[in-house]
Amino acid sequence: MSTSSGTPESWISSFCSLLGHEYFAEVSEEFIEDDFNLTGLQTQVAMYKEALEMILDVEPEDDDDDEDEEEEDEEDVSGDARDGLGTRAHGERRHHSRIASDLSVIESSAEMLYGLIHQRFICSRAGIQQMSEKYELGHFGVCPRTNCNQARTLPVGLSDIPGEDTVKLFCPSCLDVYVPPNSRFQTVDGAFFGRTFGALFLLTFPEYDLTKSGSESITNLARAGAGAGGDDLPTINGMYARNVAPGLGSGKIYEPRIYGFRVSEIARSGPRMQWLRDKPADIKVLDEARQFTEDHAGSDDDDESMNMNGRPSGRRRLPAAARLRLQRAQNGSPMAVENGGAESEL
Amino acid sequence: MDDFVSESDSDYTSYWRDWFISSRGNEYFCEIDEDYLTDRFNLTGLNTEVQYYQYALDLVTDVFDLDCDDEMRETIEKSARHLYGLVHARYIVTTRGLAKMLEKYKKADFGKCPRVNCHSHPLLPMGLSDIPNLKPVKLYCARCEDIYNPKSSRHAAIDGAYFGTSFHNILFQVYPTLIPAKSTERYIPRVYGFKVHAAAALVRWQNNRRDDMRRRLRKMEVESGFKEGDDIIEGDDDEEEEEEEVPEELEATPAVGGFAPGEMGSVA
Repeated sequence: MSTSSGTPESWISSFCSLLGHEYFAEVSEEFIEDDFNLTGLQTQVAMYKEALEMILDVEPEDDDDDEDEEEEDEEDVSGDARDGLGTRAHGERRHHSRIASDLSVIESSAEMLYGLIHQRFICSRAGIQQMSEKYELGHFGVCPRTNCNQARTLPVGLSDIPGEDTVKLFCPSCLDVYVPPNSRFQTVDGAFFGRTFGALFLLTFPEYDLTKSGSESITNLARAGAGAGGDDLPTINGMYARNVAPGLGSGKIYEPRIYGFRVSEIARSGPRMQWLRDKPADIKVLDEARQFTEDHAGSDDDDESMNMNGRPSGRRRLPAAARLRLQRAQNGSPMAVENGGAESEL
Repeated sequence: MDDFVSESDSDYTSYWRDWFISSRGNEYFCEIDEDYLTDRFNLTGLNTEVQYYQYALDLVTDVFDLDCDDEMRETIEKSARHLYGLVHARYIVTTRGLAKMLEKYKKADFGKCPRVNCHSHPLLPMGLSDIPNLKPVKLYCARCEDIYNPKSSRHAAIDGAYFGTSFHNILFQVYPTLIPAKSTERYIPRVYGFKVHAAAALVRWQNNRRDDMRRRLRKMEVESGFKEGDDIIEGDDDEEEEEEEVPEELEATPAVGGFAPGEMGSVA
């Protein structure tokens, strides 16, 4: 992974070193220079071209894609006006003597653009790798929940649309999201991290031992575990069983007590939220697909063939309840799913 | 002891307790009444718990007038803080103490729940043990019924026994109207809008647990305390999930392709 940003004063590295921007990865220039990665961003950011130049530390020159820009910006009135001004200036061979107010607009546009590129970058191979290094170094802080025992968190957004909510921290140990402890992160847009990153990170790096607390080194163990005997560890639903919400389950649920006596569920002030921190003692209960086939084995010939199919058919499977519904509708054959699925896709 | 000794005493600009609760890091403590402190019954057993018990008590009640060196003074000061904490744990479960802590709770003096879905619900300080020097103070959120570590390290160093394991639960027994409505709102990890199987399976299992509990409570005719509209849909759970999620999915679609023109405003 290379950040390849060149000089330490590049716009990107100075942006990432600002106070409150500690969660950001440095997006590589190759990623930004690939137009495919920027698809659709022109319409989301005002003064897109100038902003992009600022991010890449390119000296603004006049070139001939001004016409393209005019076409793209027709919806945005204010952007249009500014662009018109820019085009005229370009026409006069103005040598980047931008007006101060213009510059601050471009600066904020550049931040927005960088954020939106960042949202995509951290889901790419290079980006998620860079984020994993930051994760290992504990740059994203730890879960505030006592029973998560300082588990490391990941920055996530609750929306992919900018301006809706600030960045939050996702704890893989309790699968919940928290407000970052420091108020300086309350100015960072959650969309710059996006809804996907947190969950994708766990799917990309299943070898991290999430049972280790933040102060312990997860790195060595994680890598070693992946190399040697990693395959021996029990898995469930596509994850190592030990990594399924290690901060939840019996012993990790707060039990209210008064003078040592547990407060009853029947009491008005009794516990009502323990389900949120609960986890089956036997994690295999969560293997719904297997559960289903076991429950229905022998009752139907088709079920047996599904049993043998194992994994491949699992990919196409609907949630148990939906499958049940279909089964009822189609006279009880779960294999008829193919038909139903194809139709509903149309 | 009933008259306020230090009222006229020029050596003290304020009472020791005043100083104590207003000093940095002690924001979680409330002021213990003079009457409570001077009633020996309330201090039963603490004399074995605190070094220089009598001096410490004198200091707390502002009648300390021993000439001693700085080192001794420091030790007594430390004992006084410890004594204050231990009495505090007893005081805050009395009627007056509960009322004082309630005021602080309403002002969110103990901080707000970091859990996003609790929407900054105020926290309450609590201990994981009633025995001193074992566990530092934790913060309890009545909305998600879970405990959290204080944000600041100066609070993380306070002994949990100065608040005790019972106080926050007693508070809601005494003031049941303050019990916040419980919510089924929660975070569901997703990748490009799709739920992640392992997490989703756990969520389904947890939701079943919740609905079982609610049915149990309904059978016993106990109020479950969940918000209106968060009703259990008998039978099919997936139906319930689908219903909430359809609009969310629609909302997310524009983010893939781009923005509706109206949303450009947030850019500049």
